[in-house]
Order: sequence, then structure tokens, then C-alpha cells
Amino acid sequence: MIDMSPNLVLVGVIVVLVTAGVYLLLERSLSRVLIGVILIGNGANLLFLVAGGAAGRPPLVGLELERDMADPLPQAMVLTAIVITLGMTAFLLAMAYRSWQLHRHDEVQDDVEDRRIARLAARDQRAFEDADTEESTTTLDEEAAETRDETDEGGPGPAGVGARSGEHDRPTDDRGEGSR
Amino acid sequence: MTEYTWLVPLPVVVPLFGAGLALALYRRPRLQRIISVVALSVVLVVAATLLVLADDGPLVVDIGGWAAPVGIDLVADRLSALMLTVSAAVTLCVQLYSLAQGEADGDEAAPVSIYHPTYLILAAGVANAFLSGDLFNIYVGFEILLAASYVLLTLGGTGERIRAGSIYVVVALLSSLLFLIAIALTYAAAGTVNLAQLAERLPEIDPGVRLLLQVMLLLAFGIKAAIFPLSAWLPDSYPTAPAPVTAVFAGLLTKVGVYAIIRTQTLLFPEGRMDDVLMWAALATMVVGILGAVAQDDLKRLLSFTLVSHIGYMLFGIALASQAGWSASIYYVAHHIIVQTGLFLVAGLIERRGGSTSLDSLGGLAKLAPVLAILFFIPAMNLGGIPPLSGFLGKVGLLQAGVADGSWLALTLVVGGVVTSLLTLYALIKAWNKAFWQTPPEPLPDATLPKGMVGSAAALVVLGLALTVAAGPLYGYAERAAAALDDRSVYIQSVLPEGGRGSGESVDVAHGEEDA
Repeated sequence: MIDMSPNLVLVGVIVVLVTAGVYLLLERSLSRVLIGVILIGNGANLLFLVAGGAAGRPPLVGLELERDMADPLPQAMVLTAIVITLGMTAFLLAMAYRSWQLHRHDEVQDDVEDRRIARLAARDQRAFEDADTEESTTTLDEEAAETRDETDEGGPGPAGVGARSGEHDRPTDDRGEGSR
Repeated sequence: MTEYTWLVPLPVVVPLFGAGLALALYRRPRLQRIISVVALSVVLVVAATLLVLADDGPLVVDIGGWAAPVGIDLVADRLSALMLTVSAAVTLCVQLYSLAQGEADGDEAAPVSIYHPTYLILAAGVANAFLSGDLFNIYVGFEILLAASYVLLTLGGTGERIRAGSIYVVVALLSSLLFLIAIALTYAAAGTVNLAQLAERLPEIDPGVRLLLQVMLLLAFGIKAAIFPLSAWLPDSYPTAPAPVTAVFAGLLTKVGVYAIIRTQTLLFPEGRMDDVLMWAALATMVVGILGAVAQDDLKRLLSFTLVSHIGYMLFGIALASQAGWSASIYYVAHHIIVQTGLFLVAGLIERRGGSTSLDSLGGLAKLAPVLAILFFIPAMNLGGIPPLSGFLGKVGLLQAGVADGSWLALTLVVGGVVTSLLTLYALIKAWNKAFWQTPPEPLPDATLPKGMVGSAAALVVLGLALTVAAGPLYGYAERAAAALDDRSVYIQSVLPEGGRGSGESVDVAHGEEDA
């Protein structure tokens, strides 16, 4: 019977890959997210290899003894997973490039709803301090049109994103998409 | 019965083949349209046939002649066949709608040459996920439909769609990775990814490991199905897509996740150790989702939030872990696919007629477009659960199952379900008042609606009504499907008849692994 105790080196590599991948997934930039996805994907592929047990001889009936053979099933699955990850990587890459074309950056932008809630919270905060509420009559549509490029002002904005009005810093947005 | 098993792979193969053909003929848009409509019609016919055949017992195909636990098998049992039929009907209606839209706008408006192949691949992926009897093949099906959905969501690559698309793609990739890791762990623990064999082997492995696998799978499917803490991506990404795309996503993609949850919970983890957690998740999904809908002033966003909210009902039925709960859930899924897709199509029509989906700028549509008003009103009331429509029947089934369960948690869910139902009604009536009855803030643009679009939206609305008229037989079918889920031996027996092997080559267990 094949030795089923996992290879510790592989397990260690999986841990490193997935940890680094999760860290990168939490980043804003799509290219880092992409690398994160690739790392976790490879971690998962290695996990399949570990799941298949120790390496053995090629699984060719008639050429090798059956007890020496490696388990081919996880290898077939890993192959499929690699192809799928490759396709998704290509798409994500294309999307990051398109984002860069349009906005000169490739950052995942805030949920419009999130920003709206953050702004409401910021307004309530002020109201609590000086009882002077600010009137806002913008609808969600207008807000969505204005806020889609909030990351344009250089880097992921720190706190206070919600308090910014966003009306004066409308950058060169996707209206210029045909220019390239 | 076995002479019809060749039908089972067709819902996957025909759209895939059609997609290749349509891609090759990208210079001939007319031919492309014909191909896609023919392919989807064939799928609908096959699915309806399977629906009838599967009532006598599951149809199983071992792909390529490789026997079941090693090779991949496709299983059409009652649940799969029902889901397949409903989804085929919906994809065909949406396709006709988008064809009519393309005709009205001229082909310059959208890159049609990739639209049709992608749409067909989406249909193939959905069918594959429904039919698959193998965990890894479900993953492949998910990836097929997700890859197609990425393309459809970012069609045209405008700034707004790239913004929405990047969130959607990253979240979907995360859930795929979780699913993949869960499959690897499953294989490590049980040495198989075949659902039937897993059902036999999982009870033998360590309970802690089993719980881990269950949680991982639920997380992966929960993201796809948009269950509350994992649902934030949905309302922000769906509404930006073109109307037919949003409609088909809303109708089908989340339901594929729900289907996967039903399948794995009933077949692999029948002891139901996560049921209480699922109950709470269902309650949170219902209430948070509908509160989000009430707060919206944009019709598409409002509908997206009701979509999230009503996933909670299906989850409630699953978490009850009784035959009554499951059958109500299955009926509710069928009802919701049709009604929600219909509503999104009508929202697309409203956008065309009124120039916007913002409820603040719409108004007076009831007078301007009475047909549109009827088309919106019927599915809206259906979704809100007004008797005697199918939404009411599904909800009554769920509430009955909840009361029959009798635990305080189930009763809380029953109350939550009723409240959610009322709030749904409130949100939709608000939308109705603003879009159809209020005096428009400024006169609406003068636009006419293409007959084809109205016709296909109307077809879905009528289909929703047919669910009501045919509720008896359909609910009976759902009940039999739930009974089959409860008696797992039927599924296992038909996949692995005797000696634990399917039909085909690689009959010897000891030699099994060489054949993959």
C-alpha cells in the first residue's frame, strides 16, 4: 500500500502560498489580486497532489506494477484546475488593463452603496456636533456617476473617504474611452 | 428507460456545440441568431423530456464509457430535471428578448458576435452544474458559467461595467478557490469526488473533518447563492449589466448555488449539523435583503435586493431538513427563477420606455403603457406572495413546513418570512406607485417598445402564471423530488448499481484508479 502520510515540505509550501495569496487578495490593485489568485490557485493544486498520496511510477497499465503507481485522479483534476485558472488569469489581466486604459489605475473601487452609507454616517456625525445638517439632494444615480473614480486622486484614500464630497474632483473618466 | 440515457448529456453538449458554431460564424449575425435559438430550443425540449423520464427514476450516464466512481457521471434525477427545464425555458425567453432588443437597436449597439457564443456557454455551464454527479464536475460547470458571466457582465468594457465587473470577478474567483480547496480536502479525506460514492464514504470519516468539508462547501456555494453575509457583491454588480444579462443572472446564477447547497446538504451531509446556522443565515438574508430593497430608489437595485432576500426563503426550506421543507424549497426555486427573471426583463422594458430605472424620474407609466403596467404588476404581486399566485403557494408551503417543525427557531423563521413577505409587497408597491402612478417629474421621452421584447417578457409572465395554474402537479413533482432526496439510496443505487461501479469500462474496483 502507498504511504499516505503527507509530504511536510509540500504542506509548508501550501501554507506559504495561501497565506501570501490571501494577503494579496486583500489589496486594492487588481494586478495584486491577480497574483494572489494565482498563488492560492497553485496552493490548491499542490493540495490536490498531497491528497493523491506519495509520488509513484507512471500509471500505465501493463508497464508498471499497480502498487507502485501514483494516483492519477488528482493529477487529472489539477490539470483541469490549472487550465481554468489560466483562463481566469487571462480575463482578469485583460480587465485590469482595461481599467488602466480607462482610469490610469487598476484598483477595485468602492461599492457605491458603501460610500453612500459612509457619507450618511459622516453627516450624522457633524449633525451631532453642531446641529447644523447639510442638505444633500443627490440621488444614488448621480452619486454613482460621480463616485466611480474616487481612487483617482492617488492611491487608496485613507479614512475620510466617506466625508469627501467627490463633486469637485471628477477626473477624466470613461467618457474618453474611445481615445485610445 | 435506459434507451433514453443518451438524452442526458445533450443539454450540455448542444449549447457548447452551438457556441463553437456561432463563434466560427461571427461574420454572419443572422445565422448566429438562428443557431442560438435552435440550440436553446433543443435544450428546452430535451429538458422537458428528461423531466418526464426522470419521474420514473434517475437517468445516469457514465461519460465516455468510464465507470462511475472513477469516470465522470451525469445524473438527471427529479430535482436536476426540474431545475434544468425551468432554466432552459428562462434562457430561451431571455434570448428571444435580447434578440428583439438587438433588432430594435441595430447590431452596432452591442458586440453581438461574442454575445451569442458566450450566452450559449453560460447555458451549457448551468446545465452541467445541474446534471453533474461529481463534485469536481460541478466545479467545472460553475467555472464554465462564471467565465461566461464575466464576459457578459463586462460586455463592451465601459467604465461602469468594469467597476462592477471587477468586484464581481474577484468575489467569484474567491468562491471558486474555496470550492477548489474544499474538493482537494474532500479527495484527501475520502479518496473520491463522486457524489454517490462520497455519500457512502463520508459517514466513515472523522466527524470534525466532515464538518470542515461541509462548512467549506457551504461557504463556496453561499457566495454564489448570495446568502446574507456573503451577498454584498450582488446588488452592486448585477444592475449595471444589460437588461437581459441581469435578468438571466438574477434568475439562474444564484439558483445554481442554491441547487448545489440542496444537493450537497441532502446527499452528502444528511445529519444536518449546520442546519441551525443555515436557519440564522436564512433569517438574516431575508430581513437584511428586504430592508435593503425598501431603501432603494432605483428599480434594478430594488429588484437585486429582493433577489437576495428571497434566497433566504429557499435556504429556510433547506435548513428545515424535512421533506416538506425541501419540496417547498424546490417549488420556490422554480417559481423564483421565472418571476425574478420576468421582473428584470420588465425593468428593462421600463428603462426603455421611461429612459431610466430611477423611481424618482419615472412616473405615469400606467397611463402611457398599460401593457407594461400589467406585465410589471403580475410578477410583482407574485413575488410579494399575493394569493393565489405561485409565490403565495411556495411561501405557504414553507410556512407550513416551518410550523410542522415546531422548534422556536423555525417559528422565528416563519415570523421572519411573513414580515419579509409584507416588506417585499411594500417595496414593490412603492416601486409601482412611483413608476406607474405618480405624476412624472418631467415628461417621459416618447419611445415605443419593440413587440418582440414585450412578447418574450410576457411569455415569462404567463409562464409564472402557469406555475400557479399547474401548481398541483408541479408541487407534487417537487414533493416526489424531495422524497427522492430524503431516500438517498435511490440516487446511490442508480449511480453505482452493484458492486459500487457504474456501467462502462474499468469494472474492477482494484484497478479503478488506472482509468481516470
